[in-house]
Amino acid sequence: MLTQAILYFLIIIPGTCGEMCMSHTMKAVGEVTDFRPHAIAGAIGRAMRDPWFWLGLTMMAAGFFALLGMLSVAKVSFVFPATALSYAVGTLGGKLFLSERVTLQRWLGVLLVCLGVILVALGKG
Amino acid sequence: MTSSSGLHVKTVILIVIMVSVAPLGDIFLGKGMKQIGAMPGWAPSELFDFFFRAFTSGTIWLGISLLLAFFVAYLTVLSWADYSYVLPASSISTLVVALLARFVLHETVRPLRWAGVAMICLGVAVVGNTHPRTTEH
Repeated sequence: MLTQAILYFLIIIPGTCGEMCMSHTMKAVGEVTDFRPHAIAGAIGRAMRDPWFWLGLTMMAAGFFALLGMLSVAKVSFVFPATALSYAVGTLGGKLFLSERVTLQRWLGVLLVCLGVILVALGKG
Repeated sequence: MTSSSGLHVKTVILIVIMVSVAPLGDIFLGKGMKQIGAMPGWAPSELFDFFFRAFTSGTIWLGISLLLAFFVAYLTVLSWADYSYVLPASSISTLVVALLARFVLHETVRPLRWAGVAMICLGVAVVGNTHPRTTEH
């Protein structure tokens, strides 16, 4: 139980913080308007010159290793819905750290997603 | 300058790619980790052995390859769209996982779970109706 709780924490917190770092990096890189493979590779190459990218990648890697650990002890149909807390954490992080304007409508959508994910978890056969 | 409708269209296309490949990757990761067995403990030697077995599994690498494709699409969409938009909008992958579980793995999906999936889709529709970008670049 303690193992699962630790793994769950590692999936949610470092995983979500890592994704926020990636969002920060990609906003600095600028909007991708050319979708040819070499142009996308170029944009990712520019992202890799930003320290935030590597901080984000490290935290996402920690979250990924925790996910692998969690998948070895719990069902797929439980693990992915249970990580829905990251939607709320991520939306809050987007507002607080990325200066995104989270409207009431967007919060309502996040709330519906979280409630839906709880139902999915409760409907586990 | 990207028009508002153009921004919506390319955001939706990238999110469709994300929610198509990520659930498949997740299914392969789950299948691979079940083949490897439960994580034995937190001792460094146990962790090393556990992850060594994980990273020598073809099923795990198939899952990782699909998740890398997801990652490229994810980074691309984050170059213009809000994180607080992409995160809930891509949660529609829960529906894809449920459909894969039902029709590919032939799992029984209880009505409560379908109700949850419907609520997630509703939430995604609500978030999807907000503008993908609220910050200036």
